[in-house]
Amino acid sequence: MLKLSRIPASAAIGIILTAAFVFAAVFAPWIAPYGEGQIVGSLWQPSSAAHWLGTDNLGRDLLSRMIYGARTTLLIAALATALSFSMGSILGFTAAVVGGWIDQVMSRLVDLLMSIPTLIFALVVLSVLPANTLTLILVMGVLDSTRVYRLARAVAVDINVMDFVEAAKLRGEGRGWIIFREILPNALSPLVAELGLRFIFAVLFLSALSFLGLGVQPPEADWGGMVKENKEGIVFGIPAALIPAAAIALLAISVNLVADWILNRTTDLKGGRGNG
Amino acid sequence: MSAPVLKLVAQRVGLGLLLLLAVSVLIFTGTQLLPGDVAQAILGQSATPQALENLRRDLGLNDPAYIRYLNWLGGVLTGDLGVALSNGQDIATQLGKRLGNTLFLASVAAVVSVPLSILLGLLAVRYRNRWPDKLISGTTLISISLPEFFIGYLLIYFVAVQLGWFPSVSTVYESMSFGERLAAVALPAATLTLVVLAHMMRMTRAAILNVMQSAYIETAELKGLSQFDIIRKHAFPNAVAPIVNVVMLNLAYLVVGVVVVEVIFVYPGMGQYLVDHVSKRDVPVVQACGLIFAAVYISLNIIADVVAIVANPRLRHPK
Repeated sequence: MLKLSRIPASAAIGIILTAAFVFAAVFAPWIAPYGEGQIVGSLWQPSSAAHWLGTDNLGRDLLSRMIYGARTTLLIAALATALSFSMGSILGFTAAVVGGWIDQVMSRLVDLLMSIPTLIFALVVLSVLPANTLTLILVMGVLDSTRVYRLARAVAVDINVMDFVEAAKLRGEGRGWIIFREILPNALSPLVAELGLRFIFAVLFLSALSFLGLGVQPPEADWGGMVKENKEGIVFGIPAALIPAAAIALLAISVNLVADWILNRTTDLKGGRGNG
Repeated sequence: MSAPVLKLVAQRVGLGLLLLLAVSVLIFTGTQLLPGDVAQAILGQSATPQALENLRRDLGLNDPAYIRYLNWLGGVLTGDLGVALSNGQDIATQLGKRLGNTLFLASVAAVVSVPLSILLGLLAVRYRNRWPDKLISGTTLISISLPEFFIGYLLIYFVAVQLGWFPSVSTVYESMSFGERLAAVALPAATLTLVVLAHMMRMTRAAILNVMQSAYIETAELKGLSQFDIIRKHAFPNAVAPIVNVVMLNLAYLVVGVVVVEVIFVYPGMGQYLVDHVSKRDVPVVQACGLIFAAVYISLNIIADVVAIVANPRLRHPK
């Protein structure tokens, strides 16, 4: 059993910060001092007792926008990660178990998708798809599932030749049983370690898209979009855009610390630390 | 170079060209995903049927998809990328200048980051598990977590605005001298360097450490060579292939990172051009930019493979 005192300091910091971000995201309407789109003063005020982080480019309370932004950013990134994981792992397991031409076709398609930089292909697709949250989640989830597919397939190919899987096959179990009852439980720990890294990638990717004006559309607050909204202030020495950017970095570092710790604990499998 | 090497290299390049063809199909298909009608999407709901019909004819939308693909591919191969929907300008002439600007920015970043990261990687191996190594490993974790725009705006805020050393907006124009151009891209190039540096040196470190564990290194150690001589004479030559691979992968990453960095610094390159036209839903421009980015990315990967084949005799004899 896991003892609290055995958690290294870096992982503990990561867990606390991640939990704080999740708390802000879940309880945003209750803890934010002002509304998401509420204009409370003149633009780009410095921080004060009434507005801890000052106000943004339209005179909205920056702290409240940050808290609501946590909600949008984390929710979309989590949904995209969930989609990429379920899709990538089920397809990856299927490819490993079924093999043959299905495996070949899917693997070559994934190779092809991965030969184009993710951001570039996302931009190509977003140029024709309607700009809404559902599109974003689908595009991010599908493109990211290629990486999960590779990992899931590699892990499942190894498990598929083990004795207990052979036994299940000889027992006459169907493919559904093999995938969900034999392979899935045994492939879970490397996949869970990967989960954190994919989530960070989703956060960074969503922020980049929103920063480019192609992600979450205003007036909804999300961190990447807030950097875009406040970037004009930078040249006048107003650091409002740095705050959401720093929040993204802090979230990514925290989740990374936790993922690193899980990775070291559960498995010696190192991989997937690509830069997407 | 002997014949088998040439054959392998030719195979790899041929495979790369085939991949590029497949990628062009994928990019074209990607822009056909819209369930509705592109003409309708461009003109909006209030368009008259006559205007829609005209635009459909101009875009060739009445032809089946594969004919349109072949027309597009034929145009690309002959250097005709079509005209932009939004302003009717010729895409090839627009892209020419911008591609040059983007490659200039990426090369400046590469010239700084590649030697620096290899040097730091070597240092990390030399002082393994001591503070220089720990520092390098620590910064890697932070650096892969930082979004490009955070680094970019930090630099703008402190270096350009507070200190006033470099301009915050990277304007370049034809009549600029080379030095002026360098000063203009200093901050974006620094941002790109910081984005790839940690990753590159971490992978260099791993590649050299991998070599350091082999038996001939132990022999060199036992015959009393100094640490730096071992790295310089024995480890480095064998680590060249993996390092070149690392460098190429990171250069490929630079090409993508350039998109965001160009937007941060309002640099007139291809990334900025692509992003502008994605929001305008200007499909021909997006297709052309997407294809060029993908081509640069794939070419760098092919070069990485070719260098690996040439540098590592073991790869010449596939099992």
